[in-house]
Amino acid sequence: MDQEQLQQTEKQTLVALVENKPGVLNRVASLFRRRNFNIDSLTVGRTHKPHISRMTIVVDVKRANANLIAANLYKLINVIEVRNISQEPYVSRDLALVKVRAEDPDARNATTTICERYPARIVDVGPKVLIVEITAQEDVVEAMIDELRPIGIVEMVRTGVVAMGRGTRILDTQYEPPVLATSTNGQRYSV
Amino acid sequence: MLLSGAEIIMECLLREGVEVMFGYPGGAILPTYDAMTKYPQIHHVLVRHEQGAAHMADGYARATGRVGVAIATSGPGATNLITGIATAMMDSSPIVCITGQVPRGAIGTDAFQETDVTGVSLPVTKHNYLVADVNELAYTIREAFHIARTGRPGPVLIDVPKDVQIEKTEFIYPEGEIVLPGYRPPARADEETVRAAADMINRAERPIILAGQGILKSRAMRELQELAERAGIPVALTLLGKGAIPEGHPLVLGMMGMHGEAACNLAIQEADLLIALGMRFDDRVTGNLKTYAVNARKIHVDIDAAEINKNVRVDLGIAGDLRTVLAQLLPSVETKTHPEWIARIRDWQEDSDERDIVHQQTDKLLGAQVINDLWKYTGGEAVTVTDVGQHQMLEAQYYPHQRPSTMLTSGGLGTMGFGLPAAIGAKFGRPDEEVWAIVGDGGFQMTMCELATAAQEKVDINIAVLNNAFLGMVRQWQEFFYEERYQATPMYNPDFCKLAEAYGIPSMRVTQRSQIEESVAFARSTKGPALIEYVIEKEEIVYPMVPAGADLHNMLRRPKPEEK
Repeated sequence: MDQEQLQQTEKQTLVALVENKPGVLNRVASLFRRRNFNIDSLTVGRTHKPHISRMTIVVDVKRANANLIAANLYKLINVIEVRNISQEPYVSRDLALVKVRAEDPDARNATTTICERYPARIVDVGPKVLIVEITAQEDVVEAMIDELRPIGIVEMVRTGVVAMGRGTRILDTQYEPPVLATSTNGQRYSV
Repeated sequence: MLLSGAEIIMECLLREGVEVMFGYPGGAILPTYDAMTKYPQIHHVLVRHEQGAAHMADGYARATGRVGVAIATSGPGATNLITGIATAMMDSSPIVCITGQVPRGAIGTDAFQETDVTGVSLPVTKHNYLVADVNELAYTIREAFHIARTGRPGPVLIDVPKDVQIEKTEFIYPEGEIVLPGYRPPARADEETVRAAADMINRAERPIILAGQGILKSRAMRELQELAERAGIPVALTLLGKGAIPEGHPLVLGMMGMHGEAACNLAIQEADLLIALGMRFDDRVTGNLKTYAVNARKIHVDIDAAEINKNVRVDLGIAGDLRTVLAQLLPSVETKTHPEWIARIRDWQEDSDERDIVHQQTDKLLGAQVINDLWKYTGGEAVTVTDVGQHQMLEAQYYPHQRPSTMLTSGGLGTMGFGLPAAIGAKFGRPDEEVWAIVGDGGFQMTMCELATAAQEKVDINIAVLNNAFLGMVRQWQEFFYEERYQATPMYNPDFCKLAEAYGIPSMRVTQRSQIEESVAFARSTKGPALIEYVIEKEEIVYPMVPAGADLHNMLRRPKPEEK
């Protein structure tokens, strides 16, 4: 385990590959609610395969049992693969857009200085506010937000954590959806 | 072959081997009801309330191991199924429910009789579907049946919009393998784990097997008995595990848990090894988890990996099919007997016998006696379907079952109203068996409209209503834990015999123990349904009882005769 993750040992990160079908996010959310699983964050997004979506679920091990969550996720028919990637080296990223006050030059300078010390940049500059974008590990994002707070945060949004195992720790599926054939009336159906 | 969606539904049901379906028509499912006229091979049973349809499908499934089918219209028809679906979910019963939905264009508009049934049923189904394209219908139905009956079985709902039922398409049945990438029920255990389990079993001095419904679901009855006999291990049963091994077998201790046999519960608390097979450590089985079987190491085998370490931390968890895993395990299990351990259990059993109410003289008619005598006069061979409450626990205690799947009951959800409709479903599944619905006056009145279904279909079942004019189990709790404040438990009941007569169902009222034999003969000689009302003692108590949340060994016991 490298330095990055040592700070996160209380957190476990599960990655789930799911079928990209309507209602799958609802099934996962409903599972967490009815089983009373406490999760820190849940993100869902596309993969390089149109029929597969990928979820990243961060749980606090003090409040939830990651293995039990994984076993329950497997009970959902549309969940293809689940892996607890925090057992091995991995990369995780959280993205935040932070709008801060910038009415006086001191505030602008302070924000610029902070941005230089983080993997962050100013993506929008106006007479009254700036928007800062940061993409980093979750705790780094939080550290920066704490520094920006005294300047005056007026609006903020975060994507939640996405994560991926390092090196050749590849989480993928060979699954291809059933081939759709075309019937005599020109419509497609599953065979 | 160009077929409508409705016809495709019927074609697919035929190919799944469906012989009977239970349902109730309505606007959004009418195209499918119309298609039924072309498929007389599948018998449709008209229920009186959709909850009854789900319970009948469930009863059919439990009695046969095949998938039961219920069908209903959109909106209220579909929501009425929900209690039955939740019941099937909790007890892992394979049913497929088909519901009509408003046409696709009307979905989301609060159309007449529109309900988001896939949303409503999501937490209580193993899986569900809203079929948006008639071309996906056949594949979806095939998938639904596959999911319902494999792995840990459960209910699957298919919601079909009315216009999808009407639309026509080329019907080609999907014969190929079902591709479900995220659905891989475990089968075998790895050899190392099996060796570890065998090692724990071979070393144990006070082992006990906890056998649940998983034994029945995976048809592992022979393997269970072999394990018990070879290693000389006593077997405790869960409520739904009854029938997993013949109950007359000397190693079988009967039911465990809240109203389980005292010897069973005491043995669990003193055991040094629990071998939990296809059960899920329900709170009604364990009592206080902090003091549960603290002396025992624990092996847990279940097909559902999410059950392992859910309620009870175990030393060895095996996610797999019981029959396969037990077959893997048996060769490594040493032949043994545990004479001291068994002798200790026999002492507890003798103590229980002294307290047993059926051996005591009384001029009252007790529920325990009714069940005991029903067992006696049916030769212990009937398929019994219970409702929920005192009579259910008495059935578990006083009606030992020799064969698998002959005791059907709502265990997990504890659904009052289950008994009568589930018995109707069971009889359709096993027409050659003598089927008894054993119900209380409370639960019976929740679904007694299905008397009409039984009468219309001339279903040859016997209905035993144990009438104590109370919600007996709730009353018992009020007596013990609420200082006898009988709030909302006394029942004003109809004349059940007259009620049966109103449906054309022959009936008999029993008020004395001496009439029970005659009542069984009467029920057996009646073609079609028969109803017997047993007017029993109002304030009977089911002993033993582990109060909710109490330690399993701290049971309320019936006093011995000399202690009175």
